[in-house]
Amino acid sequence: MDLAFFSVQLLNGLQYGLLLFLIASGLTLIFGIMGIINLAHGAMYMIGAYLVYDLNLRLGNFWLAIMVAIPIAIALGLIIERLFLDTLYKRDHLYQVLLTFGLILVLNEAQRIIWGGDVHRVPVPAPFDASIQLTDNLQYSVYRLFVMGVCLALAGVIYWVIRHTKLGIIIRAGAVNRDMVEGLGINVRTLFTLIFSVGVALTAFAGMIAAPLTSIAPGMGDNILITCFVVVVIGGIGSIKGAFWGAIIIGMATTFGAVLIPSLASMVIYLIMAAVLLVKPRGLFA
Amino acid sequence: MKTFKKTSLATLLSATAILSAGSVVANEDPVKLGLMLPYSGTYTALGEAITNGLKLAIEQEGGQLGGREVEYIELDSEADPSKAPQNMSRLVNGDKVDFVIGPVHSGVAMGMLRVAKQSGAITIIPNAGLGAATNELCMPNVFRTSFSMWQDSYPMGKVAYDQGHRKIVTITWDYAGGKEDLAGFEEAFTAEGGEIVEQILVPFPSTEFQSYLTQIASLEPDAVYTFFAGGGGVSFVKDYAAAGLKESIPLLGSGFLTEGNLTALGDAGEGVMTTLHYAETLDNDANQAFVSAYENAYGEMPDTYAVQGYDTGMMLVQGLSELDGDTSDQERLIDVLANVELESPRGPLSFSDSHHPIQNVYLREIRDGKHEVVSIAHENLEVPDEACQM
Repeated sequence: MDLAFFSVQLLNGLQYGLLLFLIASGLTLIFGIMGIINLAHGAMYMIGAYLVYDLNLRLGNFWLAIMVAIPIAIALGLIIERLFLDTLYKRDHLYQVLLTFGLILVLNEAQRIIWGGDVHRVPVPAPFDASIQLTDNLQYSVYRLFVMGVCLALAGVIYWVIRHTKLGIIIRAGAVNRDMVEGLGINVRTLFTLIFSVGVALTAFAGMIAAPLTSIAPGMGDNILITCFVVVVIGGIGSIKGAFWGAIIIGMATTFGAVLIPSLASMVIYLIMAAVLLVKPRGLFA
Repeated sequence: MKTFKKTSLATLLSATAILSAGSVVANEDPVKLGLMLPYSGTYTALGEAITNGLKLAIEQEGGQLGGREVEYIELDSEADPSKAPQNMSRLVNGDKVDFVIGPVHSGVAMGMLRVAKQSGAITIIPNAGLGAATNELCMPNVFRTSFSMWQDSYPMGKVAYDQGHRKIVTITWDYAGGKEDLAGFEEAFTAEGGEIVEQILVPFPSTEFQSYLTQIASLEPDAVYTFFAGGGGVSFVKDYAAAGLKESIPLLGSGFLTEGNLTALGDAGEGVMTTLHYAETLDNDANQAFVSAYENAYGEMPDTYAVQGYDTGMMLVQGLSELDGDTSDQERLIDVLANVELESPRGPLSFSDSHHPIQNVYLREIRDGKHEVVSIAHENLEVPDEACQM
């Protein structure tokens, strides 16, 4: 493997990892603080992609479409949390798993009714619809670089909020001991609504900015969900820092595993998960 | 011409029969068609196109088969192999359908065929391309109106060699359908004297192709042959173009790479060459009539899946009209269906002894967002079925 090949693969791994982080961050927040295994997280990613596809057609501008789609995603999270999850907090975890599983079915069916079964695409938006020459026969889309930048910036913002704001302190405390936080007079119900909406919005946003890079098809969220669970488990449940490094590890492992040990490509991320769990049963950063 | 006379005579006779004993025929039970197709999930569009094509064929005959009304029982297969035997049993034993039509997904086909074997239910496969269905697993009551993976990829091997390519990288998903497709291509290409530099297998159903594209760029082959379908096909072709590889390394593929994906592909698809048993631009009377009828009925262009559904319908139309709708003698019914010959939108279509289509495979190139037919890559191609002794 020569240096150019290695560097390009490094870039590929980083880009995939950063996108994974954006999806997994919402999952780990909801999981860690609310104790809810949100199986519908992948479906939200899909809804984000379809929303931007639809709005891009209607409004004719990708950036405008994202601006409109984000409030819709937040509202969706708000509705789901207040109408459905809110009544189940006092029940066993199994009820919540059942509910979010049901949501996958409902959201997938809603997608089919609204947008049909065809595969769609979103064109790469200006001014990023260009490529740079990496090697003599390989180009790299500038939009991919842009997505990396956005993911890094968001990672920074999330890190800052969690480390340096009062909200962050509550979130960190909530991840460790929810009852104590409630005992200290924090309105946990509002906190939950906020966390769930932000979590849903983060994954939907990931679907939106990934839309020009991928094909928009039914069931596209189901595949990404499993990978994100692996990321969250490796990083440690509830840890944003863990989600970040977990995502980078999985991104690199997927990229390099695919070309270096192709026979194990489909297994490599699970092997890493098993190895991490053996050494650190609660994940790397829990 | 001879068959035309025979069928028109049959129609005349059945018309007389209806006139003389109208009440008897009118009271007859409807023909029950059990549709076991995906109406949810990744393959939704395929299930719907097949259903549309099938219904169009039967509607054109006044909504009847051999003078009997038709009842459709649509069951969502969810493209889930684990539910296949149970779903199939429900149609055969519960709904007591006369024909089962399905599936799309080869994994589901395996489950269905088990039940088809036990129950003897007549099964017509309008898509699933696993070779074994009409080879190792063959049975008299199973027909296929679609293709096999091998049939659509084999002709591309010679085409690629004739275009001057000597070293090729092949890439597909790591699952049975993808590997069968590559096997057909590689068989023909290496027989001509070409070399497969690398066969890349991507974990199914991953659509994260960046690292493989980097690998392809560093291998610098003459061309790339690929099989992906649905959303994966769109992702691969788009990523391939975005990586700037399309200009230096031509992209060849099985037709499923781009089938049903033309709008989603946009400019990225231009110039991609594929082989398939159909193209919407085929210049024959049957296809022109079909395309305009389909557009009228459903407001969109048909794709190969719609044609496969349509031909399934035409097969039933022709078979049951020859039998005047009498499905009681199963041996005779199977015999009649096996001898159906159609002037299909895809060209002449008949069936081999293993009940697999004998058909043309066309070389197509995407120009201006359409599959233009470049040539017939292989005429009346029959698939290997040595393992099938009826």
